[in-house]
Amino acid sequence: MKKPIYMDNSATTPCDPRVAEKLCQHLTTEGVYGNPASRSHEYGWLADEAAEAGRAHVAALIGASPKEIVWTSGATESDNLALKGAAHFYKKKGNHLITVKTEHKAILDTCRQLEREGFEITYLDPQEDGRLDLAVLEAAIKPETILISVMHVNNEIGVIQDMAAIGKLTREKGILLHCDAAQSAGKIPVDVNEMNVDLLSLSAHKIYGPKGIGALYVRRKPRVRLEAQIHGGGHERGMRSGTLATHQIVGMGEAFRIAKEEMASEAERIGKLRDKLLRGLQDIEEVYVNGDMKHRIPGNLNISFNYVEGESLIMALKDVAVSSGSACTSASLEPSYVLRALGRSDELAHSSIRFTIGRFTTEEEIDYTIELVKGKIGKLRELSPLWDMYKEGIDLSSVQWAAH
Amino acid sequence: MIYLDNNATTQMDSTVVETMLPYLREKFGNPSSRHRQGRAARAAIDTAREQVASLVSAHPSQVIFTGSGTEANNLAIKGYVAGVMSGRLFIGSTEHPSVTSTADKQARFDGWSRFELPVTENGLLSDEAMEKLNMAKSGDLVSVMLANNETGVIQPISELYGQLGLKDKGVTIHTDAVQAAGKLPLNFSALGVHMLTLSAHKIHGPKGIGALIRDKSIAIEPQMDGGGHEAGLRSGTENVAAIVGFGAAAVLAHESLVRTSEKLLALRTKLENGLRMIPGIEIIADKTDRLVNTSCFTMASVEGETMLMMLDKAGIAIASGSACSSHDNTPSKILTAMGMDKSLARRALRVSLGKDNTENEIDTFLETLKMKLASFNSIASNVAI
Amino acid sequence: MAYSEKVLDHYENPRNVGTFDKDDSSVGTGMVGAPACGDVMKLQLKVSDKGVIEDAKFKTYGCGSAIASSSLVTEWVKGKSIDEALEIKNTDIAEELALPPVKIHCSVLAEDAIKAAIEDYKGKQK
Repeated sequence: MKKPIYMDNSATTPCDPRVAEKLCQHLTTEGVYGNPASRSHEYGWLADEAAEAGRAHVAALIGASPKEIVWTSGATESDNLALKGAAHFYKKKGNHLITVKTEHKAILDTCRQLEREGFEITYLDPQEDGRLDLAVLEAAIKPETILISVMHVNNEIGVIQDMAAIGKLTREKGILLHCDAAQSAGKIPVDVNEMNVDLLSLSAHKIYGPKGIGALYVRRKPRVRLEAQIHGGGHERGMRSGTLATHQIVGMGEAFRIAKEEMASEAERIGKLRDKLLRGLQDIEEVYVNGDMKHRIPGNLNISFNYVEGESLIMALKDVAVSSGSACTSASLEPSYVLRALGRSDELAHSSIRFTIGRFTTEEEIDYTIELVKGKIGKLRELSPLWDMYKEGIDLSSVQWAAH
Repeated sequence: MIYLDNNATTQMDSTVVETMLPYLREKFGNPSSRHRQGRAARAAIDTAREQVASLVSAHPSQVIFTGSGTEANNLAIKGYVAGVMSGRLFIGSTEHPSVTSTADKQARFDGWSRFELPVTENGLLSDEAMEKLNMAKSGDLVSVMLANNETGVIQPISELYGQLGLKDKGVTIHTDAVQAAGKLPLNFSALGVHMLTLSAHKIHGPKGIGALIRDKSIAIEPQMDGGGHEAGLRSGTENVAAIVGFGAAAVLAHESLVRTSEKLLALRTKLENGLRMIPGIEIIADKTDRLVNTSCFTMASVEGETMLMMLDKAGIAIASGSACSSHDNTPSKILTAMGMDKSLARRALRVSLGKDNTENEIDTFLETLKMKLASFNSIASNVAI
Repeated sequence: MAYSEKVLDHYENPRNVGTFDKDDSSVGTGMVGAPACGDVMKLQLKVSDKGVIEDAKFKTYGCGSAIASSSLVTEWVKGKSIDEALEIKNTDIAEELALPPVKIHCSVLAEDAIKAAIEDYKGKQK
């Protein structure tokens, strides 16, 4: 067993060897390295063909037409393009957008920017289990609402939103629906027509493709218009300029092709491993699963070990790569805003660990992790004054803490 | 296949590919993660940042990685304009579309207006351009590319701006150095610019990665939000493998600059000596200081599009204009901006050499071109009869 | 973020973990921080009749730097008089452990813990 064991597959994944091989064919001398926009020679044509094949694979996974796929540099750019592009185009129709407090920073920070530009944003609270209450969403809709953005699967807790129900509502009301599917595509079925989404963000590096490439699905019927956010040579039907990175597109295409083929069996295998991990960790006293377990992708387990601080636990688990929140925010000392939005106490939010199991995780690694976590939790609780107080029966919420 | 379209894109150097590969598989961590895999990825980015910085003698903290040169140009112009209430944009008339269309967009709203800087028939900023630039005031933005993608013409921006004292007046200066990098020695501070755009795939690095080098005294606002990567100026999980590849390509370009330039110049001299022997061929900006790898020329009777299809069939890849605009059939905006009439501009071809081209390939190209011209002329004259 | 060797050493082998009887009149207990902020330090000092710190124990809920900072001060205060212990500054702790800027608050907390423990001890002597 190779260490450290990687259980941070929601932060990023390694390229699948099949993806890496395909991608390399487009990097090297023997391969195809033309500029897909070069219309005048075979190098360009071959690159263009390869890019189009990739587009077809990406479209197929989400039930879209290849013409509805716009390449981007990643899901962050897709989210920026979807929200800013639609808001800027439809601003005469209305200036109100709705999203959820547990969205990825790429959505939340983009919304903050739109607020600075004069748009009004409603940030909805999810339920305690991480799911969005449809009635709350419906109540937030105004005549000026032009777009609703809800992520399909949350990156920290893995909870799945009922996109089909949300899509039914937005379609009835004539409001655009954007969905960040970076954490769901390739892990659970995504169908843009069943979900009635108009815009959908995708990432390659979350499902064994390369970093630096993503896509935005832009519905053609009924047609969704966007104002471009990166201007230049008019690539991607004017929606996103910049030379396409053929090898990355090919890599993303291959990753999506494999995902479509293997998703069902892989989900079952990964789900079993996750359940084994959960059973093993539930033996420990004072552990709390964050987010709904039923509506959750198979690979995610987000769990709080009460009275142990998350960062010190990560340090203790140095042979297992895990995260205490989303990778984007883990340089800050703030507890996870996602768990806070679920109504978790600061203590439990500070004590959370996200395990995300992936294609290359083995049962042996799960067994090792369970034993390691048990041992380290014991050691850290011995160090923890809060654990002592809990054992003495002191209610921590009754203590007057010296805030700092 | 003979590849003579290196200004569109270059073949990745095999050592660059080798350097990148581990970052796709075993060293795949997310640089924002705090565990070992994450820290290893972060360290790799730090190294690449130093390497890219040293290509242009800048400080690593001045490097913002973006998804392409196009994105870097967008970030420079929009990011700067977003932080300033009003001003004027002075844009060269032979810029890449990522600069021109971004500037058009910015000039449509805000308190910003756009001024185009005309060029002479040799592609250099004209006297009229200098007069316009002389009106530039504190807070205005100038963006003129260092070397042109189609003609290779090198704009002596530091001298010109120095004469006008633009920097002292508080004018903000951006330059697109995508084509110049790896072909000209570049020193960010000596150039006297505040922002400079680079792209990896033009210097034998990977596609999908670029950089904006910026003087930190100039405030720019991010154009992509979320997570606050790249010092808050460009969010999105870093494309680690591509960044590493960019770094490796920058090192190669830096180390081999003198040697490669000499080789390219020798090849181009051979090429252009050959071209001058062919009746009807005129080299554009022949006597002007140009990138050593670029030769743009017009033919007497054949359209560029037609010729490049014929050459492609013969296994030679060249361009008739920039790859970006080659989806439409309008003549090159760059050549018409240089005062060339549209019909002549349609008869232009661009050869852009790379470090791996050989003398034999130049010979083959010249012979093939002559042959195709001859066959075309005979068909054309038959038709005329 | 990478931790310094010294932080890792204290984290892996924390010194003087434990508890004294907080009702003992020769023991001063300082508890600082708050669970909501992600760190709580409990420092206990055992002081001799002559006012010299004979022994020290700690327990800490917090990140590696917080644990290391408190472990380090238990070593430093031993053998010092209470006045000398009050001289220990957070900057000394931060420097010794090479704490990065985002972790400076851990050293501040450790300094506060010393002060709180000594205050508690002094209160008991009245």
